[in-house]
Formats: sequence, structure tokens, C-alpha cells
Amino acid sequence: MMNKVFPNKAALSADLKNNPMLRAEIRKQRVGATIRYIILLFFGLVMLYPLFWMFSAAFKPNHEIFSSLSLWPKEFSLDGFINGWNTGTEYTFGRFFLNTLYYVVPKVILTVISSVIVAYGFARFEIPFKKFWFVTLVATILLPTSVLLIPQYLMFREMGMLDSYLPLYLPMAFATQGFFVFMLIQFLRGLPTDMEEAAQIDGCNSYQLLWYIVVPMLKPAIISVALFQFMWSVNDFLGPLIYISSVEKYPIALALKLSIDVTEGTQWNEILAMASIAIVPSIVVFLIAQNYFVEGISSGGVKG
Amino acid sequence: MYENHRLGLLYISPYIIGLLLFTAFPFLSSLIISFTNYDLINPPEYVGLDNYRYMMDDDTFYQSMGVTFAYVFLTIPLKLAFALFIAFVLNFKLRGIKFFRTAYYIPSILGSSVAIAVLWRAIFSLDGLLNNFLGIFGVEAISWLGEPVFAMFSVTLLRVWQFGSAMVIFLAALQSVPQSQYEAALIDGASKWQMFTKITVPLITPVIFFNFIMQTTQAFQEFTAPYVITGGGPAKSTYLFSLYIYETAFKYFDLGYGSALAWVLFLAVAVFTAISFKSSKYWVFYSGDKGGK
Repeated sequence: MMNKVFPNKAALSADLKNNPMLRAEIRKQRVGATIRYIILLFFGLVMLYPLFWMFSAAFKPNHEIFSSLSLWPKEFSLDGFINGWNTGTEYTFGRFFLNTLYYVVPKVILTVISSVIVAYGFARFEIPFKKFWFVTLVATILLPTSVLLIPQYLMFREMGMLDSYLPLYLPMAFATQGFFVFMLIQFLRGLPTDMEEAAQIDGCNSYQLLWYIVVPMLKPAIISVALFQFMWSVNDFLGPLIYISSVEKYPIALALKLSIDVTEGTQWNEILAMASIAIVPSIVVFLIAQNYFVEGISSGGVKG
Repeated sequence: MYENHRLGLLYISPYIIGLLLFTAFPFLSSLIISFTNYDLINPPEYVGLDNYRYMMDDDTFYQSMGVTFAYVFLTIPLKLAFALFIAFVLNFKLRGIKFFRTAYYIPSILGSSVAIAVLWRAIFSLDGLLNNFLGIFGVEAISWLGEPVFAMFSVTLLRVWQFGSAMVIFLAALQSVPQSQYEAALIDGASKWQMFTKITVPLITPVIFFNFIMQTTQAFQEFTAPYVITGGGPAKSTYLFSLYIYETAFKYFDLGYGSALAWVLFLAVAVFTAISFKSSKYWVFYSGDKGGK
């Protein structure tokens, strides 16, 4: 529902011709709309200009990047992409891309599976000490993760998993991101249970109910969970920084940090070209699936 | 819905295992480690409260804590105010509202990535984009990342830039405010501003509170932006607490002191959150209450 001052538009337009008061009101609303557009355009441009500038800078030769504010390269050059892609290491940037997927994909899959199972349990079953478990779930959402970082590192070290991707995704198999479980529980509570009851009478057991009835109904929420986990995992920097030490296993986040450290702000075209490539997947996924983001965020409420 | 207790436990058992193994156990372990000296090479040595005593005289601790609170108190009001303002502007029968919503949301999807932190460095470096832009107006180049106050400003701005997710939540809340309330106020001759402060804001206080809690929890933990953009400098002016914990534990391998720092951060956040929840009684109105309790 939009901000609508007059509930009855039809009656309004009929009155319009012979009512100066209403005409003034309409004019006021038009002025209001114009002001809104100007504000939105202004801030939208200020906000998105840096992104556009980054994409254009990637196509500029290095000496042009900071000498003009223009979004259109005077001298079109692919050097940034070519040199950036080859990186200063023995690996190409493509390698770092693949490395990122090696843990992001398992992370997303494990998160979805474990969170759906646990949310189903919370939303549909009587459980001993259910309130207590639910409180811990909310508490973990608010818990600063830095308090867990050092012992987790020691645990994974003990298990011989350092410099592998396992520490990054293994905990996801246990629904450790309370936020997603919470979001799915909220969604499940809003769904009617009559389908499940009917199927139960027909002799379905709870696994069949989960798989054939609950999961299909949960689909939009599941997609939201997967998308948010994808974005957060791709962006995650501290995790790989702590656990991944050999360059051959670097994900994009570490590779970008490495390239800016190595060139120390001299080869901006290379750095910005790779930074542009790094965010393209996220932008594409977001534009394709933006409705799931908006719905996920406004129903469960999401960080970001 | 189902009475079977054992089955329910079975379904949430992954969560319980994860809670014990990856949350509760590390949580308590870090408290124990904080009473030791541990450098990963020699076995941990029990030192009692020494780490905490050391902290009392540690200038970096005070600096870092101060910077973190400054960061939280700067970013959160700015971010929330901006999110609410844009949501308010968007909450109107406008053509292209979806387009604008998308445009404003994109930064919060990308904002926490290293790529954007790198972009920020390109914008705020001495010969960067911002100084070039200001140069047009004859402003002399400012050392955005070299002066403590400006460096803090640059890092703060990156978080404010990501106001989109809070905005989308506000927008959903604004759209659910019943129209009848505005119509009644209009008949009573209320001005737009009065309608906003007396109707809209009180009705969406639960959402403001939700955004506030989620945003502060994250802001207290910010790491990537200061680490990549400024490295915590200059003169530790952007040395947020998570940087201090990270460097203590994983650069200087002082895991005991790192754990002690982490626990102090946890306590600070816990106290802050508890105060926020207590205060919410006085300013958050859930539908059904008649103006608080």
C-alpha cells in the first residue's frame, strides 16, 4: 500500500475540474513527487557513482585513472584486465575465483540443508526445553564471533584442518548460523499446516512431510537463505585470512588484498579491474534474484 | 504440532551438536585461554588474571575500545537516519520505485567485500577520486587516510554507504502503517511533519529497534574495512577492536591476551545490548500496548 491521501481516485478526478482546492492539492502532490525524484536521483547518483567509476577505471590506462572524473575512458585499454588477471603470483585470477567456489558452494548447500531440518524441528514439534534452545538460537545471532575465533582456530588446528577450506564450511553442517534458522522458523510459522495434517492422515511420516510438502512451500525462503549465504560467504574476509595460508588456495578476497599490498597503490587499473570482476557475480545474482532478497530481508529481517 | 518429543529432538540435533561444539565450547574455552599465556609453540601456562591486569595499563586497549565505540556511535545514527529518510521518500506512489530500491540496495550487498574496501582506498587516497573532484573547486588535496579524523570519516562513510538493507526493512514497515491513521490525522489538521513524528515513527519503533540491534552487533565486529583501507592507522585512529584481537592472536600469537580482549569485547557488547533492550521498554511500542508499559 502506497502513501495515498485520497482513498477514492475516481471521485477525485470527477471533482477536479470545478474544485480549485483539490486542484491546488493535486499540484502540491506533483511538486512533492518531483522533489522526491530529485532527492532519489541525487543520492542514487552519489551512491552508485563510485561503482560506475570503478568499472570505467578498469578500462583506463593507469595514468588516466585519477586525472579525470569522466566515466568514459579517453584511451580505452584492457591492460588492467590482462595484467590483473595474470596477477603477480604464478596463478591467474581464475584460479582464485575457483578457490572461492570450493568453499562457497558447500557452505551454501550445507547451510540450506541443516537450517531447513532444524527450523522444521523448531516450528513443528514439541521439544523438551524448546524455549531454552530457542533462546540460545537468538543469543548466538547477537554473539560477537570474535569471542569464538581463537578456540575455533585451535580446534581446527588440532584436527589438522588448517590451510584447507573445511573450517570455513564444516560448521555450517550444524545450522550454526542461527540467523538463517530463525528466518526459516518465522516463515514456517506463517504457513498453514492443513496440507501437512492431511498428508499425515494419508500415512506420510515426518520425513516425507518435510520433503514433499514443507520444502516446496518453503522454497522462496530457502532461496533467500541460499542467496544471502552466497553473498556473505563471497564477501567473507576474516575467515579465509585466518585459515588459508598458501597462495594456491587463496580465494578472491585474499588475492585482492595481496595485490593491493604488492603493488602498494601504483597499479590501480589492475587492482580496480580485478575488484570489478570480483563483484560482478554478486551483482548479477542480485539483479536476477532481487525479489528474494527484498522479501527475505523484510520478512525475517536481515543484516547486511 | 507433533507430539513426538524424540523425533523433534532428532530434527534439531544438528543444531544442538553445533551449538555445543562450535559455540558453547569455544565460548567457554576462550575464557579459560584468557587466564593463560599461550603462543601456539609452548604449552599454555596459567597466569591467573595477569592478562586482565595488563589490559588495565594497555594504552592500545583504551585507544581501540574508544575508537570502536566512536565508530558505532557515528555509524549507527547516521546509517539509520539515512535509511529511514530514503525509505520515507520512497514510500510514495512513484514510478520506478523498484528501480530506486534496487539501486540503493546494491551497496549493502557488496559493501563488506574486499573489492569495495579496495575501491574506497582508490577514492580516498591522496591522489584519489575525491581529491580530484575537490580539486575542481580549487580545494587542495586532503590526506583522507593520513589524518586521524579524516581516516575515521572515510571508514565510517563506507558503513553508512551500506544503508540499503536497513532501508528495505524500514520501507516494508512504512508500507504496513495503516492508511486510516493518516486520514484521521489529516482530518484533524495535522501537518506532514506531525504525521511523521506522531504516527509513523511510533508505529515503526519495533523495526527501528530491530535495525538498531542488528546494526550495532555488526558494527562492533567490523574488520574488513579498517584492515584493508587504513590498516588501523594512522596513529591507531581506526584501530577497531576486532583488528586488535586479530593482530594480537594471529600476528603476534599471543592467544591468551587475544582471548582476554575478545572476552572484554563480548562483555562490552553484552552490556550495551542489555541496556538497549532495557531502554526499549520506554520507547518501543508493540501493537497492542497503549503507549508503553
